[in-house]
Amino acid sequence: MNLAQANTPSPNNNNLFAKIVNWFGSTLGKILVSILVPAVTFIVLWQGYLFLSAANAPQILQVIVAIVWGVGGVALLYLVTNWLVMKLPAKAARTLQPFVFVGPAIAIMGWFLAIPVVRSLIASFRNALGTEWIGLDNYIYAFTNPRMLETFRNNALWMVFGTSFSVGLGLLIAFLADRTKAEVVYKSIIFTPMAISFVGAGVIWKFVYTYKGIGVGIQEIGLLNAIVSALGGTPQPWLNIPPWNNFFLIVIMIWLQTGYAMVILSSAIKGVPAELLEAARIDGATETRVFFNIIIPYIKGTLLTVTTTIVIFSLKTFDIVRVMTGGNYGTNVIANEFYLQSFTYNDAGKASAIAIVLLLLVTPVIVNNIRSFNEQRKGF
Amino acid sequence: MAKGQKTTKRTQSFWTNFVLILICVIWMVPVIGILITSFLPSEDIFKTGWWTVFPHKEDIEIDRVVLPEDVDVNGPITYGGKTAMFEEWQRGIELDDGTKATWYGNKRTRTLVISKNQWVGFTTKLTLENYKDVLTGKTITYKDAQGNTITRVGNDLSGAFLNSLAVSIPGTIIPILIAAFAAFGFAWLEFPGRNIFFTIIVALLVVPLQIALVPILQDYVSLGLNGTFLGIWLAHTGFGLPLATYLLFNYISTLPRELLESAYIDGASNLTIFTNLILPLSVPALASFAIFQFLWLWNDYLVALVFLGEKNQTVTIAVARLVGEKGQDWHLMTAAAFVSMILPLIVFLALQRYFVRGLMAGSVKG
Repeated sequence: MNLAQANTPSPNNNNLFAKIVNWFGSTLGKILVSILVPAVTFIVLWQGYLFLSAANAPQILQVIVAIVWGVGGVALLYLVTNWLVMKLPAKAARTLQPFVFVGPAIAIMGWFLAIPVVRSLIASFRNALGTEWIGLDNYIYAFTNPRMLETFRNNALWMVFGTSFSVGLGLLIAFLADRTKAEVVYKSIIFTPMAISFVGAGVIWKFVYTYKGIGVGIQEIGLLNAIVSALGGTPQPWLNIPPWNNFFLIVIMIWLQTGYAMVILSSAIKGVPAELLEAARIDGATETRVFFNIIIPYIKGTLLTVTTTIVIFSLKTFDIVRVMTGGNYGTNVIANEFYLQSFTYNDAGKASAIAIVLLLLVTPVIVNNIRSFNEQRKGF
Repeated sequence: MAKGQKTTKRTQSFWTNFVLILICVIWMVPVIGILITSFLPSEDIFKTGWWTVFPHKEDIEIDRVVLPEDVDVNGPITYGGKTAMFEEWQRGIELDDGTKATWYGNKRTRTLVISKNQWVGFTTKLTLENYKDVLTGKTITYKDAQGNTITRVGNDLSGAFLNSLAVSIPGTIIPILIAAFAAFGFAWLEFPGRNIFFTIIVALLVVPLQIALVPILQDYVSLGLNGTFLGIWLAHTGFGLPLATYLLFNYISTLPRELLESAYIDGASNLTIFTNLILPLSVPALASFAIFQFLWLWNDYLVALVFLGEKNQTVTIAVARLVGEKGQDWHLMTAAAFVSMILPLIVFLALQRYFVRGLMAGSVKG
């Protein structure tokens, strides 16, 4: 057979093809295929699921199967459901198709976030094992127990000092760097901690704060204590002195979050119209006045956004405290108390009540988000 | 006047740079500290601070002098032409010949350490031993339930590194796929409940994930998903979807309407439009979120701790365990911390521009 023939399908082939299409088109074929395809898909995915949940294959193989199965499986699910829906009568297909697109996302968010809100709310009125209703006891614990009051105090410290320093420093650096030639270098250095995990940052700062003890001939290996002794002070076990140890932990958050605030605020500052700044300078305004009377009012919206994001972050702070002190020495925070109640003391009731408290704390932000979203999209 | 202005400008610029350099140094020193420490021999780390690898002046012991028995240690003590009380000797006294004498230990030792302040250069040997230690671990041999002998690498960081990859890569791609489909649906398709569902997604953006941990763990235990990769991907998908959907929706809904309409007129199906038009056009937004999600998964501690635990531990868990178990083994902790940081740092520095874009879009509107 030469190439030209191969390219034009012979009438014979065409016939066969048409026949197959016809067969598929017949109702029986349609139904059979509609059952067969999802069934095969299901079996393939189920086998992958069994393989992965048993998880005793060599690690590298598992990782590869995991990636192929996870990513391919999701794509396959969409293709098959879409294909199935398209088999339906046109009107039904049109009504159902949007749900092929949004359905999985809604289902997963429902399972992992929306429904748990209700389940946690219910669990918060039940006892540790979830077997009996105990009324408001868990909330009485959450709002009056000294342990919880300590976490509220500490979270307030995180929120006030962590946020104000992160935003303040971020704003200062963004403003100053904007007028230098080495802007990119400065900003990259401040921003890079964002790539580091809280656990990694914990190690870094634990080493800064480390303390060897008092004695003759002892050289401190922690940076802070070395500086303190070089200046003639006495080295201290910084992480064990309440309430000041909270501030040493908050420093870590500032170190991590300033970069975030700086990047966002920097782009907002760059958005201030040059004419506005020039006009003020021609009128003889000092740089300080330009900063407070023009730049700050202009970027107020962004400033608020950044502050809100960091406040939420500080309310949920967990990793740093967990790694550095485990919540001991008066450094406990709400999220760590939640972790202790649910996974160390196995008290699902108290844990749920604490989670609900966290939710209540961010509720104003949720309400505000919804309101501004609805305003933005009047014609949605 | 003009000249005066120029000088003010120059001093201003000097102070600006000075403040910025100062802040940057403060920012970098802690990292430099553990980077240097991770290359030092373990026995050196505990002796002196890491900064002594740089040339510096140090008191070097040159001699020890034991005072005769007849010297009264409770009264004034004379040595080398100086007379002082014990407490002062303990702090160290500069002698006339430029050396320094410091009392060694308590009064009963009767010993003075004579030292000289000298320059010390780069004498420290750097080593890769610490990295070898944290990366190779030990080999464990054990028998499983069927009686097969299984040999596997112990709980070392290279295994944890692979686990982190196994968590992060699918945990990034799966939510992006699902969110892209959903964002397209919300942006371009009409269906009942569209408004309500999207409002719920906006609300879920800031819901603390703590609320979900206990109920989802219960589900996982009954489904046998606890400790599996599948379980943690699903969890990360669930927790990442609101932001992913929101970001991609914002992007996809701004694509020109005419483009899609002409495609519809050409008879393209929704799926074709999505795969051939929307996905390629959304690559910048997809990349932004991908980097965001990847870094967040790689650095995540809480979710991994709850749903994976000791089985299939990720690097963050491995490092945190090291800190908990071997709180003073700085040679291991610093090397481990660096191993855990290297990949996110590369991703971050290489793709910073996309990351920043995602950050901007993701800032929860206040």
